[in-house]
Amino acid sequence: MSAQAALVDTRRSHALWRRVSGGAAARGRPYALFVLPALVLMAAVIVFPWLFTGFMSLHEWKLSQARSFAGLDNYLRLLGDERFQWAALRTLYYAALAVVAPLVLGTVAALIFHRRFPFRGFLRGVFILPMMATPVAVGLVWTMMFHPQLGVLNYLLTSIGLPASLWVYDPGTVIPSLVMVETWQWTPLVMLIVLGGLAALPTEPYESAQLDGASAWAMFRHITFPLVLPFLMVAAIIRTIDAVKSFDIIFVISQGGPGTASETLNLFLYLQAFAFYDVGYASAVVAVFFALIVTLSLTLLYLRQRTQWSA
Amino acid sequence: MDGDRSSKSGLTRRSVLRAGAAALGTNSIFAPAVFAQSGFDWKRLKGQHLEVSLTLGPRADLWQKYEKEFEELTGISVGSEKVPEQQHRQKVAIEFASGNTSFDVATVSYHVQKQLYGRGKWLVDLRDMIKDPKLTNPDFDFGDFARGAIDYATQKDGRLDTIPINLDYWILYWNKELFQQKGVAYPRSFPEIIEAARTLNDPKNGISGFISRGLKNANVPVWTSFLLGYGVDPIDPDLTMHTDGTEAIEAGKIYQTLNKEFAPPGVAGFNWNECQTSFVLGKSAMWLDGIGFALPLEDPAKSKVVGKVGYGVMPPGPKAQRSALFGDGVGISTSSKKKEAAWLYVQWATSKEMNQRHLEGLYGAPARASAYAAVKASGKLTGPKAEWLDAMAGSIKIARAGLPDIVAVTEFRDTFGVALTNTISGADPATELKKATEAFKPVLAKTEKA
Repeated sequence: MSAQAALVDTRRSHALWRRVSGGAAARGRPYALFVLPALVLMAAVIVFPWLFTGFMSLHEWKLSQARSFAGLDNYLRLLGDERFQWAALRTLYYAALAVVAPLVLGTVAALIFHRRFPFRGFLRGVFILPMMATPVAVGLVWTMMFHPQLGVLNYLLTSIGLPASLWVYDPGTVIPSLVMVETWQWTPLVMLIVLGGLAALPTEPYESAQLDGASAWAMFRHITFPLVLPFLMVAAIIRTIDAVKSFDIIFVISQGGPGTASETLNLFLYLQAFAFYDVGYASAVVAVFFALIVTLSLTLLYLRQRTQWSA
Repeated sequence: MDGDRSSKSGLTRRSVLRAGAAALGTNSIFAPAVFAQSGFDWKRLKGQHLEVSLTLGPRADLWQKYEKEFEELTGISVGSEKVPEQQHRQKVAIEFASGNTSFDVATVSYHVQKQLYGRGKWLVDLRDMIKDPKLTNPDFDFGDFARGAIDYATQKDGRLDTIPINLDYWILYWNKELFQQKGVAYPRSFPEIIEAARTLNDPKNGISGFISRGLKNANVPVWTSFLLGYGVDPIDPDLTMHTDGTEAIEAGKIYQTLNKEFAPPGVAGFNWNECQTSFVLGKSAMWLDGIGFALPLEDPAKSKVVGKVGYGVMPPGPKAQRSALFGDGVGISTSSKKKEAAWLYVQWATSKEMNQRHLEGLYGAPARASAYAAVKASGKLTGPKAEWLDAMAGSIKIARAGLPDIVAVTEFRDTFGVALTNTISGADPATELKKATEAFKPVLAKTEKA
């Protein structure tokens, strides 16, 4: 086929496509229809559930009972619900600890694994094993380890002369203990992200710094940390979202107890939806919870933009 | 030791069983019938398939163990699933609310789900089926079920949408070896429970004088076990609450004293399984819980206290002697397309034969009076197992619902459970119970009104 014939053929195809796709093609967007299946799918699995949740949150609706329109009553009820407010505060406390601890430890681990030493690959593999475990299985194992009388943790503490702890069985220590599990499981993720960042760092600034006689700390403080910060922000965003919506480990180990000492928003929401079957109120909690996660994520995304390397 | 307890009460095991059978509303003693001997056409729905949703536990194990028998008897195939208690409750309720369940038959806990299911009319009213000779095996003998159990299963509007499977009476397990070592007698009153716990408590040697559930929600029956001894129910049928009065506060103080002073550290997070672990290891002198734990306690592979366990009827309180009662039943989904086949399954699962296996195997306390008589006649339960049976027969006579018969029973357990857990950490029982009562009042008013 000659080039001219090919051009004519292409024009004919475009003309045919314009006839088939109608307005969208006529407006110069011939591929708009290709997006349609994805849009329908998104509407079905994301937009519809959200709209329906919003609809339910405006209703008084308990399973086995009739539904009635309640306006903003569920949201107003949240404002006056002391237990919800405590759950929100607890969520922030839990998330703060469960983000900072893996970030610090993961960064330290990345700096260690960035250096060359014997069996580095093997040890790195061992280090990331907790991340691969199922959270429910992790929760069950740690529950046994936390047992005040029979658990291995108190055995280890008392073996070295330290007093035994009540771990997750005491209101005062339950959240730090749960964060310990979360940290154990998710520090490897932070390590992997930061390690990726370290591998991508340019070598020239370090060579210049060495020529200038900079100490190891000065190089970390003024070169490594600023350059690796965008990667840390990515890790922080992922960890924050995960920590705020953490459920499985808390549910399996403490079920939000003792009392309500480890009842975070997710546990509170679960209770309303699946123990009390208060669908309307639970939907209002979902809406507020979603707003909280979006706010935190956008803040962190904004901060990440601020820390990106300049071209 | 079995004889010791019987002689203390002046009753032999046989007389207690006879009294138990009388209390159950029947005195008939029979030999187990073979299903196919009644002439009932079990095979008329041959070829159908049933889905059964069971709560994970001993009764589900029993039913699955003998499921093949039902399939051979009827020609109906069965697919049964066992789901842990909490998850089962959620799964079943959500499926019911959807209007189309994946199962034909489901188990139900009376103390948590009965009212919710009743209000939704999610289960088939079985009364007409029971009366229909075409649908019901003549050997089913509905009158054999304990009257109390049928009352417990009946909805407020008179509908009977489940057949009772198991009745869980709360008893006091006691470690006879530890009691003997300190020369302590089985307590005969609430103050004596506290005194025995004080004497037997030996933290230096890892022994706790008492253990019971401290975990919120799960702990409420412990408190109501004491509250019933003061002669009041937590909530009356007319919805009057007795949860922050003198009796409730006194019961709360007992709960607090026993769990704060004489239970192992960390009890605030203990459910029945942690309590059981401590008791089977011989680390706790007394344990207040449901009667269904004889199987693990007398299993040499799991327990260090085999043959040393005393099964005691709940001691009397200042006003009454009560054993808190809980129960389970089985019903047919209204959305099932195979209701008659499902009814055959329910008849088989709650038959005299299955009830007898239930009791003989220590799976719990069945609802049919004939099971007790048959087991007595068989002489299969001896020693500690016979003492367990004694405790059951003794508890039958003093049983009373351990949780209020309301829709919002889960909210009740949660609200008062948190209050009780707080008392273990040192909070004042009166303050906590008053706060919980105020928090629960509007919930009760709203849910019962609807």
